[in-house]
Amino acid sequence: MPSYRVEPLPVEQVVPVRFPHWRRRVYAILGLLVATVVVMAFATTVGSVQIPFLTTCRVLLSQLPLVDIAPTWPSTTETIILEIRLPRVVLAGLVGAALAIAGATYQGLFRNPLADPYLIGVAQGAALGAAIGFLLPFDWYGMGFGIIPLLAFTGALSSVAIVYSLARVGKTLPMTTLILAGVALGAFWGSIISYLIITSGEKIHGIIFWLMGSFALSQWSEVTFVLPYVVVGAAIILLYARSLNIMQLDEEQAQQLGINVEKLKLILLAAATLITAAAVSFVGIIGFVGIIIPHAVRLVWGPDYRFLLPLSVLSGAVFLILADLIARTALAPTEVPIGVITAICGAPFFLYLLRRKKRAVFF
Amino acid sequence: MIKLELQSVRLGYGDNVVVRDLTFRVMPGEMVGLIGPNGSGKSTIIKALSRVISPSSGQIFLDGKDISQISRGDLARLIGVVPQMPLLPSAFTAFEIVLMGRNPHLRFFQYEGPRDMAITWQAMEMTATHSLAERRVDELSGGEIQRIVIARVLAQEPKSILLDEPTANLDIRHQVEILDLIKNLCLENNLTVLAALHDLNLAAQYCDRLILINNGQVHAQGTPGEVINSRNIKEVYEAEGCVYAHPVNGLPAVLLKAGNSKQAKPRDEIEGGVV
Repeated sequence: MPSYRVEPLPVEQVVPVRFPHWRRRVYAILGLLVATVVVMAFATTVGSVQIPFLTTCRVLLSQLPLVDIAPTWPSTTETIILEIRLPRVVLAGLVGAALAIAGATYQGLFRNPLADPYLIGVAQGAALGAAIGFLLPFDWYGMGFGIIPLLAFTGALSSVAIVYSLARVGKTLPMTTLILAGVALGAFWGSIISYLIITSGEKIHGIIFWLMGSFALSQWSEVTFVLPYVVVGAAIILLYARSLNIMQLDEEQAQQLGINVEKLKLILLAAATLITAAAVSFVGIIGFVGIIIPHAVRLVWGPDYRFLLPLSVLSGAVFLILADLIARTALAPTEVPIGVITAICGAPFFLYLLRRKKRAVFF
Repeated sequence: MIKLELQSVRLGYGDNVVVRDLTFRVMPGEMVGLIGPNGSGKSTIIKALSRVISPSSGQIFLDGKDISQISRGDLARLIGVVPQMPLLPSAFTAFEIVLMGRNPHLRFFQYEGPRDMAITWQAMEMTATHSLAERRVDELSGGEIQRIVIARVLAQEPKSILLDEPTANLDIRHQVEILDLIKNLCLENNLTVLAALHDLNLAAQYCDRLILINNGQVHAQGTPGEVINSRNIKEVYEAEGCVYAHPVNGLPAVLLKAGNSKQAKPRDEIEGGVV
């Protein structure tokens, strides 16, 4: 046993370094948790039918177990809140959280600040599946929603599976090859999608709107489909947060620090891909969230993945709930595509953060 | 504290065989220098000993145990590596980088506790990097990064340390500082040290034993006095080296003589014989 082993002592006595970020990050997680709940309640209040904020809160609270509030509101109010607005708000939060954590994971795995959840062919695979779904002469509502999300989900996963098998070299998975294979296959799917769009006749509207992303007509059945993928995937990624930190060194150093790099890549890619595929399938391709939210979190709270990942989940949820709120109210009754809102509101804020720090955030 | 052993090991990348048939051992508590020309396979041997690459034939043993039977986590508790020109993510602080050395000692979802912090801090004090603890990596110089990485290896508490050109790109003061530190660790903590070194003079000054590698095979091994002589240098490096005894401790030292370049005229010719 080396002689420099030391006995446990209080940290402050042994390590006279302040850790300014650690406590601040824990407070940030708690603060964002509260913010998420408040934003959800607020977003549920706003809409074409005016419902007072307090009534909304009481309707929401009455749904909790062990809370007994006598209904003093008309049943239409309850339907609007619980069946129309709440599923939409919850789905927006879920998708925002999913895209943010998947983006952070891809950026960490590829050690590339430009990585987003769609880098290795998820989006184009989903889009191809959705386009085929639009063109099918029949539909199927076995799970409470149409066949399009199911085909989009299958397309996303198949696309990544093909990219993965193309990029594999023996027992290893070189990350650069994976990105290149993903970009190339994505371009290939893209050309097929373009062909399908111009030959789709009157269905062209549906496909293009799907590609731009929207939370319109969200239902609880969609939430229940997406939720398990996001929860399980995010939990797996969070468990590997420390390994993701060490992956920021490089693969060789990570191995020498005891990380099974190939296994880690496989697990994290699978988890992040499942999360993204589930999120994209129902609401279409929403850009910007997956790349900007993790970077914004990095700029404010630092690069440690143990804080970056949970903070990204919460920030992504809050951001997309607010973006969707603007999308459906700004030009009501017309809906603005959510991708337009995420970029218009997100980009200036991100550029402000970038200018304020003026130093390398990532590498 | 641990014995490293290579038995007729063959290493390479794809079809390119770098090391053909290599056999040597490093005894517990020894500081051994791995010397040889560029491309002779020094870095490859370090990679094989930390299982970044696997031998295509032959075996590597740590204390008699086959390295391929040891899990990555266990291996990282036995062997720490200081890579050549380590690349570090710039947004992390020096302390966070050194703290990563505790990874093999932590369980799956365990956070670093006070003891890990204390060990990390002590590793930084030993390498004189504690004053840099809160600085970001992109604010550090090459020598400071090299010391940070050595601190990370110390925080890892391995039984053996492998170094790949630890003094590359350092000025002479830092070269001596780094090797003094490693030598002291080797002596005080009985660590087994294997260092790939370019500089024959430093290798002779610090190592108990030298292994001279040429074309992926052991050309000579033994004490610095046995290995560093003008015959070996001519055979392996194909360069003229003038070996003499160091004026202070008598260890071999190498002075180079200019080769056949046009500028390499004797001094007296250039300056008209006035020396």
